[in-house]
Amino acid sequence: MDALFEPLSYAFFNKGLIVATLSGALLGFIGVFIVLRGMSYIGHGLSHSIFGGFAASQLFAAQFYMLGAGLWGVASAIAITTVARKGRVGADAAIGVITTASFALGVALFAKFGTSGPSFENALFGSILGISVQQIIGLVAVSVFAALFVFLRYRALIFSTFDPDVADVSGVRVARLEAMLMIVLSLAILATLTVIGVTLVAAMLVIPAVIGRMLTDSFGKMLAWSTGIGLFCGFVGMYASYYAGVPSGTMIVLVGAAIFVIVLAVTGGRGLRRSAGLDKHHDVAELAPVVTR
Amino acid sequence: MTGTGVGEILLSLNHVSARYDKQIVLSHVDFHVHEDQFTGIVGPSGAGKTTLLRLLLGTLKPCEGSMTTEPDLRVAYVPQLETVDWNFPITVFECVLMSRTHGRRMPWASGSERARVMTVLDRLGIADLAQRHIRELSGGQQQRMFLARALLREPQLLLLDEPTSGVDVSTRHDILHLLGDLHEDGVAIVLTTHDLNGMAAHLPHLVCVNSRIVADGSPAEVITPEVLEETFGARMEVLEHLGMLVVVDGAPVIRADAPVPPTPLTFPENI
Repeated sequence: MDALFEPLSYAFFNKGLIVATLSGALLGFIGVFIVLRGMSYIGHGLSHSIFGGFAASQLFAAQFYMLGAGLWGVASAIAITTVARKGRVGADAAIGVITTASFALGVALFAKFGTSGPSFENALFGSILGISVQQIIGLVAVSVFAALFVFLRYRALIFSTFDPDVADVSGVRVARLEAMLMIVLSLAILATLTVIGVTLVAAMLVIPAVIGRMLTDSFGKMLAWSTGIGLFCGFVGMYASYYAGVPSGTMIVLVGAAIFVIVLAVTGGRGLRRSAGLDKHHDVAELAPVVTR
Repeated sequence: MTGTGVGEILLSLNHVSARYDKQIVLSHVDFHVHEDQFTGIVGPSGAGKTTLLRLLLGTLKPCEGSMTTEPDLRVAYVPQLETVDWNFPITVFECVLMSRTHGRRMPWASGSERARVMTVLDRLGIADLAQRHIRELSGGQQQRMFLARALLREPQLLLLDEPTSGVDVSTRHDILHLLGDLHEDGVAIVLTTHDLNGMAAHLPHLVCVNSRIVADGSPAEVITPEVLEETFGARMEVLEHLGMLVVVDGAPVIRADAPVPPTPLTFPENI
């Protein structure tokens, strides 16, 4: 029991534990929609893209670098969607070009000008050091916003995820919902970036959701499982990070990977059959109503 | 002008053309849907059947011409089964309920919604499957589930994309009867089909499409070798069996060791 309570005597760990647990839950929650829409690659790309905004914003407006990074992320999401919908460049290529260019810009800016915020390594792999109360408040605010968005638009989100064409015909504003989801995703990535890290955020969007899918055939239960597993990964990963002396993001993801292996062993073929097809990659343009063609 | 009905016009396409990128898929189509319409759109692959359906749905904007719709028209759409992600984590009940996106926005179903969904499922004979995952349904049951989802919207116009594609003969009959019943209840129906014998010949009104409307009318008027050749680009024979039209496509296959037929066969041209 000492092992459980001893780290809690440090204020930085308490803050880190709150942020990691909430981050895991938030990413697991949003991840269900991202994975079922085949948008995992977009989540991966956006986290890298936001890194560029993260680095650039610190140079020009150090106090508002989170806001700047968030705007950068939303702008990247809109740019990806726009380029892909024009049809001249495929979605994969659009994500590849825009997000990696943004990431490369971030690396260059970090290398050239340094940072007034988190170190380069901490931004990439996450850190529990230096978490401010404002960051915790920001994460709570994003989590509440994401939960409210899903609660109020639950049916429309399921409908547009399952069958966007028919949803559009049935009065669901699919394009608007899609844009809102991208904004929520950008905010979630931004709010969790400091603890999980740029390179590992995408993993926490995907792993809990895939495990949740392996455990159930119900959308509602998948949402609950994924959120719970994300929360558990954040909590246990933080302790593992403390005792192993490695970045928090890596341990959170490794806990998720371990749960995945256990669930795979327990559910066997049934779990694999349920999760089959999650790797199908939706073209961004396909996610929009057909009128955009 | 196309339409069986004499009732009020629900939706009109006026001299409409549609294209994907720069390629024109449909040109100068006039199509009117009346409130008592029951029409099948037939044509070869790539002829523009689904494009015409999408124009009617409003999910594809015409590049030329205009479309007029009765205000507050309730349209429901049943997609092709092949386009559905059957691994999506959802039960039959949840799938049918998802069409209720207006009004109450709680994630869970209210008591009245639950009762309404079960009534529709019961009407379609799949109430006992409500809690099954959608992957566990047969082709016919899947089609019924989507019909239930469409009916929950209480549509004035029901559009279906290849409703009998990939289902067995018995299920096809069931679907035809179901659609007939819905039409009798006052729902206008427009569907696409490539199944000339199993589906199209049983419908009261057909529209033949091949980048334009080639012909429209009753099966007796439309299912003729001349119209079919113009629509499908291949000559087909039309026979009559027990009062039903039967389309025979493709050249007869003659084995080398087959006995010589009593009368010479005439082979259609262009096959």
